[in-house]
Amino acid sequence: MSSTATVGDLVSQTYKYGFVTDIATDKIAKGLSEEVVRLISSMKQEPAFLLDFRLRAYRQWLQMEEPDWATLGYPPIDYQEIIYYAAPKQQEKKTSLDEVDPKLLETFEKLGIPLSEQKRLSNVAVDAVFDSVSIATTFREQLAEHGVIFCSISEAVKDHPDLVERYLGTVVPTNDNYFAALNSAVFSDGSFVYIPKGVECPMELSTYFRINSGDTGQFERTLIIAEEASTVSYLEGCTAPMFDTNQLHAAVVELVALDDASIKYSTVQNWYAGDENGVGGIYNFVTKRGQCRGDRSRISWTQVETGSAITWKYPSCVLQGADSVGEFYSVALTNNRQQADTGTKMVHVGPRTRSTIVSKGISAGHSANSYRGLVQIGPKAVGARNYSQCDSMLIGDQAAANTYPYIRCQQPQASIEHEASTCRISEDQLFYLQSRGIGFEEAVSMMVSGFCRDVFNQLPMEFAAEADKLLALKLEGSVG
Amino acid sequence: MSAVIRPDAPVLLEIRDLHASVENQPILKGVNLTIRAGEIHAVMGRNGSGKSTLSKVLAGHPAYTVTGGSVLYRGENLLDLDPEQRSRIGLFLGFQYPVEIPGVSNLEFLRVATNARRKERGDEELDTFAFEDVVRERLSVVQMDPAFLDRSVNEGFSGGEKKRNEILQMALLEPVVAILDETDSGLDIDALRIVAGGVNQLSSPDNSTLLITHYQRLLDLITPDAVHVMAAGRILRSGGKDLALELERSGYEWVDAELARLDGEAAPQPAAPQPLEVA
Ligand SMILES: Nc1ncnc2c1ncn2[C@@H]1O[C@H](COP(=O)(O)OP(=O)(O)O)[C@@H](O)[C@H]1O
Ligand SMILES: [Mg+2]
Repeated sequence: MSSTATVGDLVSQTYKYGFVTDIATDKIAKGLSEEVVRLISSMKQEPAFLLDFRLRAYRQWLQMEEPDWATLGYPPIDYQEIIYYAAPKQQEKKTSLDEVDPKLLETFEKLGIPLSEQKRLSNVAVDAVFDSVSIATTFREQLAEHGVIFCSISEAVKDHPDLVERYLGTVVPTNDNYFAALNSAVFSDGSFVYIPKGVECPMELSTYFRINSGDTGQFERTLIIAEEASTVSYLEGCTAPMFDTNQLHAAVVELVALDDASIKYSTVQNWYAGDENGVGGIYNFVTKRGQCRGDRSRISWTQVETGSAITWKYPSCVLQGADSVGEFYSVALTNNRQQADTGTKMVHVGPRTRSTIVSKGISAGHSANSYRGLVQIGPKAVGARNYSQCDSMLIGDQAAANTYPYIRCQQPQASIEHEASTCRISEDQLFYLQSRGIGFEEAVSMMVSGFCRDVFNQLPMEFAAEADKLLALKLEGSVG
Repeated sequence: MSAVIRPDAPVLLEIRDLHASVENQPILKGVNLTIRAGEIHAVMGRNGSGKSTLSKVLAGHPAYTVTGGSVLYRGENLLDLDPEQRSRIGLFLGFQYPVEIPGVSNLEFLRVATNARRKERGDEELDTFAFEDVVRERLSVVQMDPAFLDRSVNEGFSGGEKKRNEILQMALLEPVVAILDETDSGLDIDALRIVAGGVNQLSSPDNSTLLITHYQRLLDLITPDAVHVMAAGRILRSGGKDLALELERSGYEWVDAELARLDGEAAPQPAAPQPLEVA
């Protein structure tokens, strides 16, 4: 009976995306070597510059150590046990959706991402990535009319090699960190966006990542370039089946904003988190960084992190251009045995650069949720300003929340403000809502979404309600 | 032990030999109380006598364990129901200490709560616009500023504002049995009048109210049909409204003697007020 349930009973969760699609897959043998890197590159018929990029990264990776400074605990990852390339057996990317394997279309439909002409979201262009390969991109022609390029990164390598060569690895260098080096060596696919000068992208762009194979690593690479005075809003979503083994996901996202350009990047991350005992789930080691290269440019990260067994992720902004603006709005929810170490870096280089950080961590069950953020103000960042707010909410008495704010300031006149708070959903608060006819789970979800409102307000309209539901779902089935 | 005031009215709440404990500590030790439609009952007693415990057990607070006895609400076993279900079918508890819920809009909270009750009664649920009309009208019952609707539930409200928000909830939920736990404490005389006026306005021959209070001053404004004195987890004495006046005069001294007597111990006997015939 739920009335006897206490807040501490919030443990299990339901995951409705845990199915596996039965589809033939091309996989290479497991393990990583220079041969494997060359094989991936040749299977994708890549130009020489890209093979060089991969090989350089691979050699750097061999020299690097896996980082251990995060507040995360997991058994050592055996990089030779992972398969580095898997693709659904569908030879070429189809020009028309009619030619895409119906099983794949069905899969995305089940995930709530209809790709077919009749059912697709009216104002959102979708790039669907299944295991390592992009299977379909919608609304390409309409976007092309505005000069917007939205395609998989593999296609961009073929069709716009100059753009890829000019920008790839310029925001996140191959040797940036252990996981970025690994990604640079073996990345399979991902999305590419180019917004020409002065263009306001006419619709929301979205990539939907789906892991299907149980033994395959996922290494996507996303590159978004916003030319002068252009604007784009981009959203990524991710899910994976339930396996009792852990899958490695090590993505890299690079954003470049030139003068007066604005990029809004939103993530709703719902990779499989493992079961209530911590068996299975995705290891999510992601490097996301945006560079405000131009004056008055703006990059805004919004993330709703609800999935993965382990999350290691710090979407960052390098504010080079004068008067450029960086923003980070984050909700990270952990439940059961999930562990998240997430936050941001705001690196102020140019004068009068501004950044805002709003982080909301929610920990339930036996989970651990850490905010780790760096605000760095360089000597030339005259008049730089930062505002950070880090709030933690604890559900039950077994969960942990940590906040690690780092500040490095070489500008005496910079203004840096930091606020932090921790609260706990109390039994009396829940009882109060229940005694007004509101069910236990709805009561929890009301309190959680109230706590997250500042961040949800930043999400594109179409997805704000989605995020609210997702959090409710993540805490659902946790009673009695 | 409890008085029968309207013998022909249907019984709304029947508490029989109720025992309850918190953290394995027995608090309620055999409470008996029958409340019929149209009646207003007052429960008085010293701090720590178990009044709030009784109200929370009736509302279904998970920290309290019922260890014996029964509670029938309109003939149905109340103790089998979740707290939310108890509210939906018309039981209301006005809290002694209403909690603050940061981030949850008061207006939205009131709407969801009202709709939960409406749904149970088979009424159409109200959208935000329709609800605003309803809530504005009910605000007048407690003379509350509409600005309170835009704030988070009880957050930063003064003691009196919290109590008025409780009565507003009562006005919206239209309960069958309302338990008001020290709704009068901490109120100045104006706020007390507003709250008492609200309760009087909401009482009808079909519903009933259980007022938990320390003070005669509330009972000057709301006339109870029965007064019960609680001590050490049970109702020691019941009477009519004069019992409250009697208590005001002679205090609770006699309670100790009465308790000692019940426990079978010899003790000096201070004069106890005479029980009053009410039926
Ligand atoms: N949650 C609780 N935990 C421990 N003791 C409690 C709790 N609630 C009530 N009690 C104890 O039960 C007794 C009755 O308290 P209460 O019902 O609040 O009395 P009243 O409302 O009549 O002042 C007191 O001794 C009090 O300390
Ligand atoms: Mg009390």
